[in-house]
Amino acid sequence: MRHQVSLRIGPVGFRVGSAWRAPVAALAALYAGYPAPEDGIADFTVRLEPTRPWRRWTRPSIAIRGDFELPDAAPMALAHGLLAAEMGMNLQMALGQRFWLLLHAATVEKDGRALILTGESGAGKSTLAALLGERGWRLMGDEFALLDPASGRLHAFPRAISLKNGAIDVMAAEVDAARFGPLLEGTPKGAIRHLRPNAEAIRRMDEPARPALLLFPRFGQAAAARAVGQAETFMRLTQASTNYVALGRAGFDALTRLVATPAAAIDYPDTATALDLVEALWTGASEWRAAA
Amino acid sequence: MAAPRYIAEPAETLAVARLDGLCALFHEPSGATHIVAPPAPEILDALREGAADAATLLERLAARFEVEDEAGADAIAARLAELEAAGLVRRA
Repeated sequence: MRHQVSLRIGPVGFRVGSAWRAPVAALAALYAGYPAPEDGIADFTVRLEPTRPWRRWTRPSIAIRGDFELPDAAPMALAHGLLAAEMGMNLQMALGQRFWLLLHAATVEKDGRALILTGESGAGKSTLAALLGERGWRLMGDEFALLDPASGRLHAFPRAISLKNGAIDVMAAEVDAARFGPLLEGTPKGAIRHLRPNAEAIRRMDEPARPALLLFPRFGQAAAARAVGQAETFMRLTQASTNYVALGRAGFDALTRLVATPAAAIDYPDTATALDLVEALWTGASEWRAAA
Repeated sequence: MAAPRYIAEPAETLAVARLDGLCALFHEPSGATHIVAPPAPEILDALREGAADAATLLERLAARFEVEDEAGADAIAARLAELEAAGLVRRA
């Protein structure tokens, strides 16, 4: 490819190539401070190519290509090139990852223990994880949690946080503007702006953590929390995993082990309430562990 | 017509995990995961003593557990049909 960048996010190396300079330059700026892949070898390759050769110049339109592809993925505008690169990286993980059990979840860590937030898109897990990551927790990732089937530990995958619409202003009030990527307006999900995790999240991205609490947040309801049983947790997590079926027995063993972690569903009307609920449940889970 | 007799898939092809009151089963040959409620796991265990129809199975279960009065052979036959549809038991 004419332009390319290689970087490592947690244990996974990526090489992103592009027919245009802009998406690669934006990606390199957003991921400033990230290491190169181990031994220079990327696990996954993403290519951003013109949908037709001449469309590199005239009304450029990006097709996301790579080791793994969705045949019917819609092309994207060059103005959203950074988003295309991010989506391409997600796609390689979701379709190609065969080592880690992948959970569509945000993860933060404290004292070597991990809090896992998982739920439907729009449940607010990215925003909550981003805020927790600035308030005494280490951000491990806002998109995918990597569960090691052998050890049962979670590994960090601290990609840039994908903030949407109202969450952009919430985080702009919280962190240095230099950590933000460009504002991408008019995407299929509205306005999107990427936020680089803080220096601690990047520096400690090779430190795994033991799962300690699973939360299923839901935005837009009066504050409430209820314990979730193991069978329901198991079913929710099979739905939250992109590669549970592909992993076979290893995936089953990893998930049935993970559901021994205390779990709760939380409803919240605003982020301040959610953060209070999270801290209270975390304290409760710590006391429960101490008593057990 | 005689009642159908069933045998269970071999124990080594199934991974079993208790999840509170329910049970998750992973069937290696199909790669499918099933969540089942009692008495499905107990039926699978009891069937491993040998092929049985619903009435025989009920006797085996009654010898091991306190079987409630309404859990007759018809109920066991219905559970067996479900397990057959899931590919966890088959006709002997």
